Amino acid sequence: MSFIDKLKSRFTKNKQEQKVSETYIAGMEKSRKSFSGKINDLIARYRRVDEDFFEELEEILITADVGVMTVMDLIDELKMEVKRRNIKETNQVKEVISEKLVDLYFGDDSEDITTLNLQDNELTVILVVGVNGVGKTTSIGKLAHQLKQEGKQVMLAAGDTFRAGAIEQLEIWGERADVEVIKQSSGSDPAAVIFDAINAAKSRGADVLICDTAGRLQNKVNLMNELEKIKRVIAREVPNAPHEVLLVLDATTGQNALSQAKIFSEVTNVSGIVLTKLDGTAKGGIILAIRHELGIPVKYVGLGEQMTDLQPFDAYAYVYGLFADMFDDN
Amino acid sequence: MAFEGLADRLQSTIKKITGKGKVSEQDVKTMAREVRLALLEADVNFKVVKDFVNRIRERAVGQEVMESLTPGQQVVKIVQEELTALMGGEESKIAVANRPPTVIMMVGLQGAGKTTTTGKLANLLRKEYNRSPLLVACDIYRPAAKDQLETLGKQLNMPVFSMGTEANPVEIAKQAIEHAKEEHRDYVIIDTAGRLHVDHELMDELTEIKAITKPDEIFLVVDAMTGQDAVNVAESFNEQLDISGVILTKLDGDTRGGAALSIKAVTEKPIKFVGMGEKLDQLEVFHPERMASRILGMGDVLTLIEKAQAQIDEKQARELEEKMKTASFTLDDFLEQMGQVRNMGPLDELIAMIPGANRMKGLKNVQFDEKQLLHIEAIIQSMTKMERQDPEIINSSRKRRIAKGSGTSVSQVNRLLKQFNEMKKMMKQMTNMQQGKRGRGFNLPFM
Repeated sequence: MSFIDKLKSRFTKNKQEQKVSETYIAGMEKSRKSFSGKINDLIARYRRVDEDFFEELEEILITADVGVMTVMDLIDELKMEVKRRNIKETNQVKEVISEKLVDLYFGDDSEDITTLNLQDNELTVILVVGVNGVGKTTSIGKLAHQLKQEGKQVMLAAGDTFRAGAIEQLEIWGERADVEVIKQSSGSDPAAVIFDAINAAKSRGADVLICDTAGRLQNKVNLMNELEKIKRVIAREVPNAPHEVLLVLDATTGQNALSQAKIFSEVTNVSGIVLTKLDGTAKGGIILAIRHELGIPVKYVGLGEQMTDLQPFDAYAYVYGLFADMFDDN
Repeated sequence: MAFEGLADRLQSTIKKITGKGKVSEQDVKTMAREVRLALLEADVNFKVVKDFVNRIRERAVGQEVMESLTPGQQVVKIVQEELTALMGGEESKIAVANRPPTVIMMVGLQGAGKTTTTGKLANLLRKEYNRSPLLVACDIYRPAAKDQLETLGKQLNMPVFSMGTEANPVEIAKQAIEHAKEEHRDYVIIDTAGRLHVDHELMDELTEIKAITKPDEIFLVVDAMTGQDAVNVAESFNEQLDISGVILTKLDGDTRGGAALSIKAVTEKPIKFVGMGEKLDQLEVFHPERMASRILGMGDVLTLIEKAQAQIDEKQARELEEKMKTASFTLDDFLEQMGQVRNMGPLDELIAMIPGANRMKGLKNVQFDEKQLLHIEAIIQSMTKMERQDPEIINSSRKRRIAKGSGTSVSQVNRLLKQFNEMKKMMKQMTNMQQGKRGRGFNLPFM
């Protein structure tokens, strides 16, 4: 069975998975159309696999915001693979491309890299970080709703005490998801808010506490120190916490996302990524580079503005979403 | 950092070529590839890069570079010239309507920074142009967006027009303008909700607001970190609304900001302002040539010089130079000098503007702790006048007193003294070398 068939069968296997892939296909329709359309176009124009073909392929991948260095590595690997399998026709290359992309994402990791690290019978603390305007508060609202649906008792900590209207925004999400929000006044020390929230969560026996933080650019040392302090406070109050540190990334972000992932990781040990705004035309290909270079997996993707528009990330579905047109051609 | 500047990359390419005496066509091709990679890493759209590199290649193959003694630098120069030209020549002004109020509409994707920029723009209009703007909250979708604008209005002490989140944005905009006329506000800035450029329903709403308010400016607010997709976003917004300019936000981050180039290339609309921080006065006029340097990773010498000029008194500088020459530089002078540097802005930002700073061993990724500067200040201030004039007299008992007085430790005092001595020595060398080669660079004592 070819790799593509395997991929296909994965999604036709059962209804639930098919539903997931449909969401991706619908959500990423705009991304996919332009992306795989281009690959098909490329394959139609070049019949022989030569330098020009690879150069153009390189461009297509770069257009998807896959990191430049990652693309270079990938192209090198592709070249080798093509040589090894003695592939001369471009339409045979398709399969190798998708195989390599999924490979790139999983590497040697076979374990489950998308599930949240939730504790049984004790408090799980999730810290949410990221630069300004990526959708941290919205993602928290959606995540709270989802965990609540799963029967967890969820609480939110309004740790963004800086941006105007941030606390109010989280409160509205709290109402929508029907979860309690612990807050202090705007301008107060975020570490203190989170300290309070942890104690409140403990005394109310909550299962999950999700901590919002103010957006900060990763090159602002003082703000990153503040984040470190928040993390320290959490670790002191709850052993082994934060159990998850989620970095929220905007899918429209380019190469800078790598720098974000790197520096936020240095400060807070990012355990997963929430990729937001994937319902536009942006492809968020930089997640491949982040996974490739830093090993951080994507846990959720944001595909819209509704409370239910947060989906667990599925690398196969993601790649399938990008390449669906290509598969259907056969 | 994963990215090095174009200057760095080209230099390493050139190193391989030097010794050949002449630059071949193949070499130009290699250099063109480096230029291409550098631009792609800076998030310039690949189509824009392609056209651009072709133009560079043509010029580079010409005599300009081939006969130059420093082909690498020549290529960088050509790239920067072309880049600046592409980015737009002059800085553009903000529109004024014949009959007030002048209406400005802010549009863009979610999270680009429209609301914050609305506040900053209002502040700038009042401060620089002596205008009295009215802010309009037309974002009824995002939770608390209205609250955010109202809070900003309060901070700026500026009126905000809102009709809650139940009203239709088109109606809000319409009534806001009536309100502005009654209140004699001469600018109206409409903050609209963030939306995807492919969301037809919401894009139609903008078209309606535009039709009813007839804005004099439509600013597309774009996150400077945007990747290849910037082209699609800018193209759609421009097609549907015919924007009048672009405001680039979050440029105080460490992104190269290649999106600026892509947007300019596809829309041919000027970038008017850039957001440089979270404070409400951190909106600056866009300078094309500085952006060109930044995209290339060449540092922003111009901004640095300007900042220095604004802060450093020329007379003081001359006095300092004299002291350096005669090596009568004291800890007092040092304290004063440090104060001037600090007035220029956060140190890491200043360092980032120095060309090649990321190549200098000691400067790469240096994280400045402003607190350390405070410590140094405290140490010097805890010294007696005599000690500052002549640090030689500071013995261990004096050191203990200074450490106590400044709340630091003896080892910190020692470190400062040692660094100060080294600095003095270096100044001597530099003075000796004057008119000769430039110094090897200098080390500030807090590095």
